[in-house]
Amino acid sequence: MSAAPHQFLGRAREAVKSRSRAPLWALLFESIVRGITGVVLVALLYIVMTIVWHGAPRLDWEFISQAPRNAMMEGGVFPAIFGTVFVVLFMIVMALPLGVFGAVYMVEYAKGGTFSRITRAAVNNLAGVPSIVFGLFGLGFFILFIGKNLDHYAFDIPRNEAEAKVWEQRVAPQVKAARDEAVRLADEKSLHGGDRGAFIRDYVSGHAPVMHKKVFGQGAMFWAAATLAILVLPVIIVSTEEALRSVPRSMREAAYGLGATKWQVVSTVVLPQARTGILTGAILAVARGAGELAPILLVGVAFSMPGLPLTEPVNFGFFKMPVVNPFSEFMHLNYHIYTMATQQTNPELSRPIQFATTLVLLMITLAMNLGAILLRRHYSRK
Amino acid sequence: MADATARSPNEADSAPYYVELRRLNFFYGEKQAIYDVSLGVPKNRVLALIGPSGCGKSTLIKAVNRISELTPGTRTEGDILVGGESILAANVNTIELRQRVGMVFQKPNPFPKSIYENVAYGLRIHGVRDKATLDGVVEWALRHSALWDEVKDRLKASALDLSGGQQQRLCIARALAVQPDVLLMDEPCSALDPIATGKIEDLIQTLREDYTILIVTHNMQQAARVSDHTALMWMGKLIEHNRTEEVFTNPREKITEDYITGRSG
Repeated sequence: MSAAPHQFLGRAREAVKSRSRAPLWALLFESIVRGITGVVLVALLYIVMTIVWHGAPRLDWEFISQAPRNAMMEGGVFPAIFGTVFVVLFMIVMALPLGVFGAVYMVEYAKGGTFSRITRAAVNNLAGVPSIVFGLFGLGFFILFIGKNLDHYAFDIPRNEAEAKVWEQRVAPQVKAARDEAVRLADEKSLHGGDRGAFIRDYVSGHAPVMHKKVFGQGAMFWAAATLAILVLPVIIVSTEEALRSVPRSMREAAYGLGATKWQVVSTVVLPQARTGILTGAILAVARGAGELAPILLVGVAFSMPGLPLTEPVNFGFFKMPVVNPFSEFMHLNYHIYTMATQQTNPELSRPIQFATTLVLLMITLAMNLGAILLRRHYSRK
Repeated sequence: MADATARSPNEADSAPYYVELRRLNFFYGEKQAIYDVSLGVPKNRVLALIGPSGCGKSTLIKAVNRISELTPGTRTEGDILVGGESILAANVNTIELRQRVGMVFQKPNPFPKSIYENVAYGLRIHGVRDKATLDGVVEWALRHSALWDEVKDRLKASALDLSGGQQQRLCIARALAVQPDVLLMDEPCSALDPIATGKIEDLIQTLREDYTILIVTHNMQQAARVSDHTALMWMGKLIEHNRTEEVFTNPREKITEDYITGRSG
């Protein structure tokens, strides 16, 4: 306290004044930041422009609405668009409730004990798993474990060699009976030579018990969607958690103060106010899910399919409604791009298809995001 | 436990307490926020809690509808009685308690819903679905909180479009709609301008006829204007509790005198 306070004040005023003139390093820093942002922008523009430049000439209504023809070199990519859209739809239908309720548990119910710490660690680790590992998990868990067991218990399909042997032994008497009957009929008709052999073969395959065709234990849209759902789960959980935490404490207190139960507070106050943030998470999840190939590579994506993955149409009399069969294999734009780039021998023909397919994928992702953004705006206005 | 009521300095008004705190201790984790406070308020009276920031007034009032225990790690010792029954007993249903003991918060906190839905919310969560009942109660609650004339033509408008003072009266209406008999008000006017404050104070005067009110306030004049009894809290302890007139004209404690005359706090 040797000097009078006004001396310090004077010095402080001078320092503040001199700092209000932008020094050189501030300008430098600003230009660096601007430059880096510019690089990102240029990179993005370059990618999009390249795709549009090479893809747009090949893109027409036929390309979007038709199936590929002539060894994939003609026609369009409609089955792949169909597969991509429905896999992502199934994915978000599975992932959204799971992720939202997971986040609700973590934010509203978990008391910070061991279980919630393990859950949190699991979510964080899930976000860091390479995507091909999800594909292997989908194959191993969904198809080979759940799917095969469902097939076994529902349709009596053997799960392994030993069960296959047991199945064969079980049907052996019926096969033998059918064969005996065939031989008897062949004798009756007095068939000989090749005719006789063909008749017996046909008769046996028509009358002996046949193994049920696989339903669940094979690659399918449903399993691909489930695999992707697990992949995007952390995205949804993290953004939902953030949205839930951003709901002010005063809102919860107001509801509790009126005698609301915890679930009522969550369902009538917290979740409605968090829905914008939750939808943001859903948008991110859709974008991520539509862009992945590795996780679905092993769980049902098909190089080429004769038709769309549909069941028998539901007949309303005046209108036959087509129904998507989730337990069918499917084509996918990402895989189509991959096969076009690696499996084709005529680059002149396949290159434009690759670019046009990529362009379609970009447009679909954009359209889905746009839809989600409009939905979000609609909700946040209310 | 000695006869806690007898320790009360509130000898001037001998009516039995409707809300009563007996040797209340409150802890946030290891930190004690309230030390051995015993006080109460008779039916249809207004008790003002005054004291400097952080003295435990809000904590105290939030213990009465047990909203304080929503904060993890808190602990309550002693007893609180409402209408002669302990509300800290193990078998007390906090849902029911909070319906009986309504609360108005420091900052107006209407839900981002319509005016109508804000008032109807409490009834809806208690399972009322009948439109006529909801309509009737909404109108009654809005009239009772002196807001009806201002909003009757725009019940479907968002509550967030109301002014701060209107929002606070809406929050009072929302609390009244579930038919409580005690109202807790935690500095209900601290975020409002003087005119809105005046309206809320007038409202408290009319609400007093039907409800037992505990109000926390920083504003000494407000305590003097609206309350029958005043309690001064100081660092978690109860310093003085008496009829408001007595506290303000003839304080017994030196701390009270210093505080109400603005020499401390």
